[in-house]
Order: sequence, then structure tokens, then C-alpha cells
Amino acid sequence: MGAVALLVFREVLEAALIVSVVAAATRGVLRRGWFIGGGIALGAFGAVLVALSADLLASAFSGAGQELFNAVVLLAAVLMIGWHVLWMSSHGRELSRQMRELGSAVHSGASSLGLLLAVVALAVLREGSEVVLFLYGMRAGGASHLWTGLAIGTAAGAALGFALYAGLLRIPMRHFFGVTNAMLVLLAAGLASTAARYLIQADLLPAWGNQLWDSSWLLGNGSVPGQTAHILVGYDAQPAGMQLVFYGLTLLALWLGTRFAGRQPSTGGAVDGRAAAHPVG
Amino acid sequence: MRRLLPFVFAMSLPLLASAADVPSYTLILKDHRYQPSELRIPADTRVRLELVNHDPSPEEFESDDFPAEKIVMPNSRTSLLIGPLKRGHYRFYGDFHQPTAQGTLVVE
Repeated sequence: MGAVALLVFREVLEAALIVSVVAAATRGVLRRGWFIGGGIALGAFGAVLVALSADLLASAFSGAGQELFNAVVLLAAVLMIGWHVLWMSSHGRELSRQMRELGSAVHSGASSLGLLLAVVALAVLREGSEVVLFLYGMRAGGASHLWTGLAIGTAAGAALGFALYAGLLRIPMRHFFGVTNAMLVLLAAGLASTAARYLIQADLLPAWGNQLWDSSWLLGNGSVPGQTAHILVGYDAQPAGMQLVFYGLTLLALWLGTRFAGRQPSTGGAVDGRAAAHPVG
Repeated sequence: MRRLLPFVFAMSLPLLASAADVPSYTLILKDHRYQPSELRIPADTRVRLELVNHDPSPEEFESDDFPAEKIVMPNSRTSLLIGPLKRGHYRFYGDFHQPTAQGTLVVE
């Protein structure tokens, strides 16, 4: 049971951290609970489908199907998070001003909520499919206390996710979306770096320097703190050069994008950096 | 486009060649144990690891000491590329059966 709980915990933790950051980033948006819940449900459904087609996936693209699938899922999440970050950089100030004035949920208009639902779904799908395969194997092996282990692992992983979410909510409103946006950017960069790692493993990309450094002595990839840092900021104890390229390019693209989007006239308060009284369109 | 084609082929040749020419090593999983449990590979060389799963359950080959993460389905085989690695001992494990599925990569 302990082994089951531990593995489930690790997989759930990864998904829960992503869901928490997304949940915080959509704070104050009407009906976001439905979107996040829907994303999780959709992801869980997808996880079962992926696990069922794991045989097919394993043999696809002369054995590289698994790596390609993971990389595509990760890069899709990067694109969606990126789009949301750009959208927020031109609408975020309005959103936080409205929330301070009204003190309640606002309608986010043409927000990118649907994209973040997809991000939640993809995160749950990727980690969930491993849990499904694992449980299937354990069941075939006649392991006992499977469901107890599953319940404990899920509860523990979700609890850490909630803790992160509760911590984020304590950030003062004037800095809130700045922080969550920065977290989304780091999250996206980390996911891009992980995608590169899969593509290198399948020999679809050159490594451009294997193991540029090794900081395992400080923070190991396998430890829970290392795993948390891996999801939140893309930490890798032994990164390849190509991973840094993916990480850096994502940061650069989003930085340039937000600067450009922030200059659009629709932001109102972009010039002096303060929330301006600007009618919401 | 037609003038570009030879160029594209020339660029992708090293990629294709690297996949075909690397030395290959086989790691067998049986009763949730890796055989051999100590696999020796050359240092500073990219190698292909052939993973064979003789068990009726899926397993995920993984390591915290070098980049590797690959699911091997029941009674089937797959492969992945690892390295080049420096001399030393690197632990690997089967994520789904960690109590028994443990091994060491000896890079020399």
C-alpha cells in the first residue's frame, strides 16, 4: 500500500501543482470552478484513454511514439499558457482593478479560460495515464490495498496543491496577477524544457551538451522538493543544452510578447504602470 | 525546394546515423527485477538501451541520476537513448515496482 500511495502521490503532486497555479491565475473569474473541475474530469477521462492505447503509442513512430506524444502534450500546454499570459498582460490590470473595486467575481469577457481548462486537462492526462498504467499492473500482480493507496496518494498530492493555492491567495491583490503571471511563465518554460528532454531521449533532437552541470548533490530530480521545483520553475539537476535553449526561448518569447501586448492601447494604465480608470469594453 | 532537399538530407544524415551506429545494450525485466542488475557501458558514449519486459505488467524505466523515462508495456520491448555519461555509478529503477526493480549503470 505504501508503494502505491507514494507513486500516486508523486504523479498527483505534479498535476496538482499545475492546477493550483492555474486556479490562482484565474482568481476572480466567474465560473472558473466549473472550468477547473471540468478540466480535471476531462483529463482523467483522457488518462484512461491514453493508458488504453499505450500499446499503440509504444509502437508508433518506430518506438518513439511515447516521447513524441509527451513532447506534443507538453508543448501544447506551453502554447496555451503562453497565450493566456499574453492575454493577461493586456487585460490583467483591468481585471485586478475591477476586483478591487467590486470585491467579487468579474466576467472576464473573451478571456482565455478555455485554454487554461485545456492546460489543466493536459496536466491531469499526462500524469494520470501513468497512474492508470501503474494501477493496472498492480492489479494484474494481485496487489492488495490498491484503492486505499490510491486514495491516500491522491489526497496527499491534492493537499500540497491546495497548500500552494492557499499560499498564493495571501499575496496582496496589487501584486497578485504579476506573481501568478510570472509563475505561469516559469511553468511554461519548464514544460518546454521537459519536452526537449523527451525529444533528446528519442534522438529526435541533438542534446547540444549532455549534462551541462550536475546539481543532484544540492537538489535531486527524484526528491519531492526537486520534483516540485521541476514543475514550478523547470528545475533539472542535469540539464542538456537543448533544454536550456527551449527554456530560454520560451522565457524570451513570453517576455517580448508581454512587452508588446502591454503597449497595446487597450491596456489603459500601461504607460505609467498603474491601474488607470479605463472603461471595460 | 528541390535545391533545398539535398541540403536537408545532408543536415539530417548525422541525426539518422547517430541513431543507427550507437552501441546497444539490453536490459531484461523479469519478476520485477532487472537483469543484469549491474549494466556496464562505456564512458562518454551515447548508447541505446534495449528494454525487454517479460512481466505481465507495464513498467516505467526511470532514473534520477541520468535523464531516462520510458514505459515498457507487458511482454514487449522498446528502446531509448542515454548518455554520453561520465565515469561513475548511476542508479536506475522501475518506477512501478521500486522495491525490487533496482539496478546500477556502471559507466567506465
